[in-house]
Amino acid sequence: MSRVQLINRRDFLGGLLSASAFLVGSTLITDEALAAPAAGGGAWSPSVYLGIQPDGTVVVVAHRSEMGTGIRTGLPMILADELEADWKRVKIDQAIGDEKYGSQNTDGSCSIVDFYTAFREAGATARLMLERAAAAKWNASPSDCKAKNHQVVHTPTGRTLGYGELAALAAQQPVPRKEELKLKSPGEFRYVGKGVPITDLDDMCNGKAVFGIDAKMPGMVYASVERPPVYGGKLKSCDDSAARKVRGVKDVVILDGPKQLPILFQPLGGVAVIAENSWAAIQGRKKLKLEWDLGENATHDSEAFKKELIATARKPGKVVRKVGDVDAEFAKGGKVIEADYYTPMLAHAPMEPPAAVVEYKDGKVVALAATQNPQAVQETVANAVGIDKKDVICHVTLLGGGFGRKSKPDYIAEAAVLSKKLGKPVKIVWSREDDIQHDYYHTVAAMHMKAVTDAKGRPTALLQRSVFPTIASTFDPAARYGADFEMAHGWVDMPFDIPNIRAENGAAKNQFRVGWLRSVGNIYHAFAIQSFMDELAAAAGRDRIEYFLEVLGEPRKIDYAAEGTQNSNYGRSHQDHPVDTGRLRRVVEAVAQHSGWKQKKARKGRALGFAAHRSFLSYVAAVADVEVDRAGKIRIHRVDVAVDAGQVIHPDRVKAQFEGAATFAASIALFGEITIKDGRIQQSNLHNYPVARIDQAPIVTHVHLLPSDHSPGGVGEPGVPPIVAAITNAVFAATGKRVRHLPISKTKLV
Amino acid sequence: MIRLKVNGAERTFDGDPQMPLLWYLRDELDLTGTKLGCGISQCGACTVHIDGEARRSCVLPMSAVAGKAITTIEGLSPSGTHPVQEAWKACAVPQCGYCQSGQIMQAVALLKEKPKPTDADIDEAMRGNICRCGTYQRIRQAIKQAAGVKK
Repeated sequence: MSRVQLINRRDFLGGLLSASAFLVGSTLITDEALAAPAAGGGAWSPSVYLGIQPDGTVVVVAHRSEMGTGIRTGLPMILADELEADWKRVKIDQAIGDEKYGSQNTDGSCSIVDFYTAFREAGATARLMLERAAAAKWNASPSDCKAKNHQVVHTPTGRTLGYGELAALAAQQPVPRKEELKLKSPGEFRYVGKGVPITDLDDMCNGKAVFGIDAKMPGMVYASVERPPVYGGKLKSCDDSAARKVRGVKDVVILDGPKQLPILFQPLGGVAVIAENSWAAIQGRKKLKLEWDLGENATHDSEAFKKELIATARKPGKVVRKVGDVDAEFAKGGKVIEADYYTPMLAHAPMEPPAAVVEYKDGKVVALAATQNPQAVQETVANAVGIDKKDVICHVTLLGGGFGRKSKPDYIAEAAVLSKKLGKPVKIVWSREDDIQHDYYHTVAAMHMKAVTDAKGRPTALLQRSVFPTIASTFDPAARYGADFEMAHGWVDMPFDIPNIRAENGAAKNQFRVGWLRSVGNIYHAFAIQSFMDELAAAAGRDRIEYFLEVLGEPRKIDYAAEGTQNSNYGRSHQDHPVDTGRLRRVVEAVAQHSGWKQKKARKGRALGFAAHRSFLSYVAAVADVEVDRAGKIRIHRVDVAVDAGQVIHPDRVKAQFEGAATFAASIALFGEITIKDGRIQQSNLHNYPVARIDQAPIVTHVHLLPSDHSPGGVGEPGVPPIVAAITNAVFAATGKRVRHLPISKTKLV
Repeated sequence: MIRLKVNGAERTFDGDPQMPLLWYLRDELDLTGTKLGCGISQCGACTVHIDGEARRSCVLPMSAVAGKAITTIEGLSPSGTHPVQEAWKACAVPQCGYCQSGQIMQAVALLKEKPKPTDADIDEAMRGNICRCGTYQRIRQAIKQAAGVKK
């Protein structure tokens, strides 16, 4: 049996611990799953992703989660295209969690990267079987039978048979070998590269779209949970007498904390107030009198930790990349430039807080959940309530944003545990306060950069050190260094052609739950590198983009293996997806042209800033036009982004992802910051954890998608890292104030 | 007993008068198009019309809506084809879609007050409605399209 291996970036966990086996074990999908003949009542399911009904309705399974990227449309559209299906007769069916679909962990900007070919082949297989079925029925030559717009045409006579009519017969055809498939040439695509309106557009505009928070089950009760105020804290005592008196409160239930470390996706524990509606649960919770054993993290303090991280970054760390001899080059003397950079913790803050409805009944669980990873729901819930994961049915609703938060199903496990205790379906809705204060946070990071430059101001040696509590600590409490995938987020894969390079990573202990957030390690690494390049160019008195291209060097594919560098490259081979500085150069040149870089001269208070970065296999260059008024208020007038994401499936949704990335980047650059004092998260809601509003986001973002015949790269995340740095570099150009610590609001600009 | 009108239908409520309208709409009437975003009137996801005016239902107690006429996203247009909804679709505004009920209700209220809004009017009216996906430029475009003003 041949297998297609589909890899995602969290493959690294496979080598780290066994508890995460579900994250990798499900990345295999069989050829049989892509093309399995099975007939029943005239309907046909030629693959796990596809069914054709006798009335001709084509049902395509969306197995990845829709959180705003348009993937519930994009992947089915690819299959429909190869099938020659009429999109108007395609129905989208959201998959439950099941490893037969391959990985459903919708993160890492890899849905198209990993499944583009699989969905094409699934469609092409069914198309060929339909054509052969028609040939058999007509007793005609298969080469005369062509699928076209939901029917097979006998080309010599013009006779036709619809897909519905052919379904039962097609099911009896032998499954063609992969070599027999004829995939469409780009000119033959009817939807790919063009796009269709997203599947849920009408419902999203009329209030009928169902998110996790909207899901319901008959007889369900509502839960609101008070969790330990400090990560790792435990309940000492609970007086629920007043809570129980609140009108509508039905019960108060103690939720156990994590059984053991690693924390993984286990519930944090606490006290749940169960009520007949949301409001009563919220009111009851306010009346709880609780005492906590706060545990060892109760002394954690972001201010002190910041100093510690910066100090660590100034000291030698573990070497993760070495080219030439940095120390020897520094010893020669010359102009040395050094800088420390710092980026704070961030919360995801999706507009829909974590939410789900779960019923435990007779040893089985049904969950309706806003989740990025229904297979992780199966695994986590099964562990939490002591059943087999096969007995967990997870239906996936729409997600009101995810950004990585909803890959972690702790909140769904909470509801499952409560349902088991109560014998009723339980709806759990986190408040915004719960969401901000109990997140899997984007980590805090410090970077130390040092370069020595030649007579023209070009670096001849670059030392780069980063230190941050790693995501790996969520899976292994002993982890102190960045995981390979984090180091490959803009650090070891740094593309500049500098003869002497040493990248290092220092140790840091984690004292909060760490998780991945849109673009992950690229946020801090790209900020440091793209800011430092801007500093070097400024020190040399050079045009930023000219300097960038000069230091980037001749177009080349960087051979990390030859230099002995471990670059996990988003789990993809370097042969298929090399770090290609020619592609980076191309987006830089494009953004320079489209943004009017040369024509627009900086003036006091308003200037352009630039940055460019490869992440998730895509190349992105950004120019931000930023104004800082006399009161220090920032307005981002315009962002230009040039993108080489390989072949683009749905151009409008890809543009939307980069428009959104510009807003997300503005939130990070301008004011995103989570801090801890005495172990407690100091922010609680959107008034003190602000995210960009309409008058703070870039007024307009022009997205320039460069035509590319490379295979698809990611698009959800790669916009964020360069746009953050383009904004801070523009602030420097406009004010002369270098932003080395994010967010900008911490720097006095005027 | 509180009497009110929701999307044209007469309703009565005899629960906790302090309960915000949001939970009444969502939990009791199953009108789930109105969303929870922050619970403290910071994000606009819960925006509905009270006697035609845009208000945040997450902080509005039931006692304050006695005798009022409430319109939610479900009641904006029976066929979901209000000109603002149509503009939203034409501009392909939604990404995740979660905040868009509130955005649309806010935009409808803006256009009622200012049929030809300027950029500054749009900023002023819409700055209370957060979209974490970052669809703001299309929201601006859709409002202008619905208003028939130059983009």
